Amino acid sequence: MEPVKLVYPVEGGDFIQAGEASSKMKMTLKKLGLPSDVIRKASICMYEGEINMVIHANGGQAEVEITMDQIVLRMVDHGPGIPDIPKAMEEGYSTAGPEVRSLGFGAGMGLPNMKRYSDEMDIETEVGKGTTVVMKLKIG
Amino acid sequence: MEHSVVLDYTRCRGCTTCIKTCPTEAIRVRRGKARILSDRCIDCGRCIQVCPHRAMKPLSDSLDRLKQYPYCVAVPEPSLYGQFHHLGNVDLILGGLLKVGFNKVFEAAKAAEILAEYVSQREKESPRRALPLISPQCPAILRLIRIRFPHLIEHLDPLVMPMELAATLARKEACAETGLPPEEIGVFAIVPCPAKVTAAHSPEGLDAPVLDGAFSIQELYLRLLRPMEELKDPLPLMASGKVGMGVAIAGGESRSRQAQRYVAVDGIENCIQMLEEIEDERQPEVDFIELSACTQGCVGGCLNVENPYIAKMRIQRMMEELPAFTWPAEPEELDREITTFSRMPQYSPAFRLDPDRAEAMAKHLRIEAFEATLPGLHCGSCGAPNCHAFAEDVVQGRSSADDCIFKVRERMRDVAGPDGTDAYLPPPFRQKKQTAKDGAQSGTV
Repeated sequence: MEPVKLVYPVEGGDFIQAGEASSKMKMTLKKLGLPSDVIRKASICMYEGEINMVIHANGGQAEVEITMDQIVLRMVDHGPGIPDIPKAMEEGYSTAGPEVRSLGFGAGMGLPNMKRYSDEMDIETEVGKGTTVVMKLKIG
Repeated sequence: MEHSVVLDYTRCRGCTTCIKTCPTEAIRVRRGKARILSDRCIDCGRCIQVCPHRAMKPLSDSLDRLKQYPYCVAVPEPSLYGQFHHLGNVDLILGGLLKVGFNKVFEAAKAAEILAEYVSQREKESPRRALPLISPQCPAILRLIRIRFPHLIEHLDPLVMPMELAATLARKEACAETGLPPEEIGVFAIVPCPAKVTAAHSPEGLDAPVLDGAFSIQELYLRLLRPMEELKDPLPLMASGKVGMGVAIAGGESRSRQAQRYVAVDGIENCIQMLEEIEDERQPEVDFIELSACTQGCVGGCLNVENPYIAKMRIQRMMEELPAFTWPAEPEELDREITTFSRMPQYSPAFRLDPDRAEAMAKHLRIEAFEATLPGLHCGSCGAPNCHAFAEDVVQGRSSADDCIFKVRERMRDVAGPDGTDAYLPPPFRQKKQTAKDGAQSGTV
């Protein structure tokens, strides 16, 4: 069975638009009739991923692949990369600057939430080259 | 009654205004006339407000229905109070209602105060539901959640609407006062929007309706003017205070329940945006959300007479003169049985492509493939609000691929050769520059 693939570009620095990919994906998942708890988890993962790319990576691309038994989210950017992944995974740790924090972002919960709401998460990153975060969510 | 918005066929010209404005993409134009997809309509009334030909009509009960009952009760919504010039006090309206065919009045505003009291007592004892709590007071929003935001159903605070509680209490009182059986009492709400007309007949949170029908404020307005003028010395009928009256305005319900970290959102598009964000847990600071499909709250409903902002101003001015509550609720009025839902709304997946997920995925792929061949202009000429909706309609068998004028042009081009068809399209859609001859008429483009 051919998977459904969705691709959304994410603009860097655009906080107003962040969330658009999540909203659009959510509508498609509802049209496909996925269970609502899976949709919710996927949309939270997507939103956190979008915000990360907006804040840290000057944008990137969100790719979604839906099969009968899982959703795979790939957040691909060509930003600065993550030098210390275990540190980045700590709750409350963020490298976001004061301007971003004043907007209410940069609470250091992005990656921890993405891990919490997905069944599996992998981060491939190279400093100076970029980061790809892959999240898998099982469809029960 | 399933819906309270209907089309006047003689007036509809088949333009695309409503299909583009409908927040749930529930309207299509077919054979030159608008058609409402029943499972997607939430009765918000946007199409009634935007139709340039006044072809979208709100449906409400006819006042003749009062004749079916030996005893009739009016349940006026507080937005009615904002409709009249120089209104000294609400007793004039309530007294007026007793002159136009009602035997008794029970204000929805009073019921709103009872509900507020119920909430404050409940807060002390019961465990909290999923936060943020979502207000259940706007029936268009309830329906929107039911068809589009299934995960948020558990966030709903399962309280009945003020007009529903008012109806239950009024019927009981009327039975005691008259000795008539409940079915011989006609209880009718006087409402500002089609969503409440539908809710009176098909409630979202109740197993069976508690109202016998609903009249529009518009319809009562003219009938009330004369009797209100003649009322020299109205009886002190008003039973609500500032709190109950305030629920006609966006934010009033939040204030009535003394919500702390609340947001009051008005306007259907803003509500959708907020629900999207709540679903993604993007608003962790908020613990109560009041949503009104109409701008400014119920005073913005399309069955009102007055400009929403003026009605709001009038209500606020009257509120200044009133105490917060008139009198405390009786213990039996605070009964959980009558103040809360008897059933939770169930998800009805109006947007799902197919009940079978594999089939839904296959359809999605076909929709995507077909959409890629469309121009993406969202012109609406096919009768669907945008190219994606059209692609969906084609795959679902609701439209034919030939309904796209650009698809037809491609076919014509095949027949007419490379230069054949451009000139037959309206100017915004032409690909080529105009020829010198055409340019002379319309300036160089």
